[in-house]
Amino acid sequence: MSSDTLLEARGITRALGEGEGRVMALKGVTLSLRPGDLTLLMGPSGSGKTTLLSIFGCILAPTEGTLTVAGQSTAGMGAEQLADLRRKSIGFIFQSYNLFPTLTAEENVMLALDVRRKPVADPRKVAREALEGVGLAHRIKSYPSKLSGGERQRVAIARSLIGDPSIILADEPTAALDGVNGKAVMELLSNIAKDTSRSVFVVTHDSRILPFADRIVRIEDGNIVSDVRQNRTTVSEKAS
Amino acid sequence: MVYTLALRNFIHDRVSLMVTLVGIVFSVTLMAIQIGLYYGSQQVITDMISHAGGQLWITQIGAQSFDDSGLLKGGEKYAALSRPGVASAIDLGVQTMVWKRADGAQQLVVVVGTDPEDQGLAAWNLIEGAPTDIYKPNAVIADKAYLADLQLKSIGDSGEINGQKVVLVGVTDHIRSFTTLPYVFTSLNRARSLMHAAPNQSGYVAVKLKPDANVATVQADLQKNIRDVDVLTVDQFRNRSIRHWLLNTGAGAALIAGAVLGLIVGVVVVAQTLYASTKDHLNEFATLRALGASSGYIVRVILVQAVLSAVIGYLIGMAQSLLIVWLSRDTQLVILVTPMLALALFLITLGMCMFSAISAIVKVTRIDPAMVFSR
Repeated sequence: MSSDTLLEARGITRALGEGEGRVMALKGVTLSLRPGDLTLLMGPSGSGKTTLLSIFGCILAPTEGTLTVAGQSTAGMGAEQLADLRRKSIGFIFQSYNLFPTLTAEENVMLALDVRRKPVADPRKVAREALEGVGLAHRIKSYPSKLSGGERQRVAIARSLIGDPSIILADEPTAALDGVNGKAVMELLSNIAKDTSRSVFVVTHDSRILPFADRIVRIEDGNIVSDVRQNRTTVSEKAS
Repeated sequence: MVYTLALRNFIHDRVSLMVTLVGIVFSVTLMAIQIGLYYGSQQVITDMISHAGGQLWITQIGAQSFDDSGLLKGGEKYAALSRPGVASAIDLGVQTMVWKRADGAQQLVVVVGTDPEDQGLAAWNLIEGAPTDIYKPNAVIADKAYLADLQLKSIGDSGEINGQKVVLVGVTDHIRSFTTLPYVFTSLNRARSLMHAAPNQSGYVAVKLKPDANVATVQADLQKNIRDVDVLTVDQFRNRSIRHWLLNTGAGAALIAGAVLGLIVGVVVVAQTLYASTKDHLNEFATLRALGASSGYIVRVILVQAVLSAVIGYLIGMAQSLLIVWLSRDTQLVILVTPMLALALFLITLGMCMFSAISAIVKVTRIDPAMVFSR
């Protein structure tokens, strides 16, 4: 893996199901993520987007191929080692936010910090700063049920960033949001990707967010069919 | 945050919380009362032996318990006194007899004939009258828990034992019998008269040893030199009595079975509710796993929930148990909940809840974090 690559997948295949129902969800995907990039992975339903995201997130193991995350090969790693790798290097943003309903926004972020075992003097302060960073300083004590969809997703983004992971993986982050909130979320992700120590990888169906990407990868039937770079700043300005 | 998450999950599902607590409270209360009854029975069974004060007991061969006395052949007291190491020997007359109430109804009682001046077994916990009142004509002392059974209300009331009139001169508190037959104290001479015993006959001889005497040596010597008796240490007589009443009769097994039932109910209810709660929060546990939480971290969340259930359920259950003990203080039941029993029950409750968490832990350790993408 070259030094300017945070994640590298080579020849990734993944079979799903057993016996006659067995299908190849990924058929030899090779892809790498570089720091400072916001990469969109687009494709129709069933094309293998979420499977690839799960493999990048060390949640699913590839059937064949190699995956290297933050310089560590995942080959031969057990469940706890993979969890350790996720804890250190990966932040997740989910379509359904996956916030803990019994915890406030601040506590949701603190929980992720606790999981990551990051020794900080004042976890509450760190969580508040993370929420301030996504424009939710006024909602830190709110429970998820009292937040709008956009606010929930911003809490999820703050949670994914806490502990400073180098790779942010987002699964349809705007799918449940209206245009205004979707744009706000993508602007946040776009800003996050400006950090040159970090790479943001977004799986999406949502063509509204194309202008925010540095790179657009298309997948069909388990194969990468296109991989195009674009000038995010220029396109974003046009979009706005 | 483990504790915060566990606590919030714990109180979030109110119905589940209530079911869990009701299960634990029921379990703790049942165990406390059943084991308390067992301990109380042990105390009641051995109370007379403990209060007699001797180190050795001379009994009829095969006597199973204090209440199970006939008459010794006679002269055992003086035979014991003649042996080395013996400081004093105290005759006791104990026999089950018929009490005839003022209304003519009959009631079995255990008559205990004793002379307080012997420094042996005398009625204790007197709340009315004095120990020496037992020397008054036809005097008896009974416990307040049994006064109604004997149709006695106050000092001076009378009844009949074996056709002889007796008068209540004293009332004790908390001298109960395991069989629920009332103990009736009277003087040794009057007991002998009621039992139609010779002046040198008794039911037991409680033997006190000289300070430098060896218990085992004196026991062997008495056993060798006094014919047709058992010579038992206090502990042997206590254990024999407990074994007879609690093990041979099956009463103890019934009490222990009740306690075990309480434990089983607790395990089943807590396991079921913890499992259901874990299933309800499965997506959250999958999210934790996806975020990189170790399986140990997730297990801790469930175990903290189990411990919280145990602590709260135990406190309520123990408070309820102590209330039951307090309410039953004047009944014929003796429920003995000691600090050690309370501590043991806390540890059992804790273990029960943690054991109950196993099914939930198995469920959560098999969780597939990929499910976070399937919603």
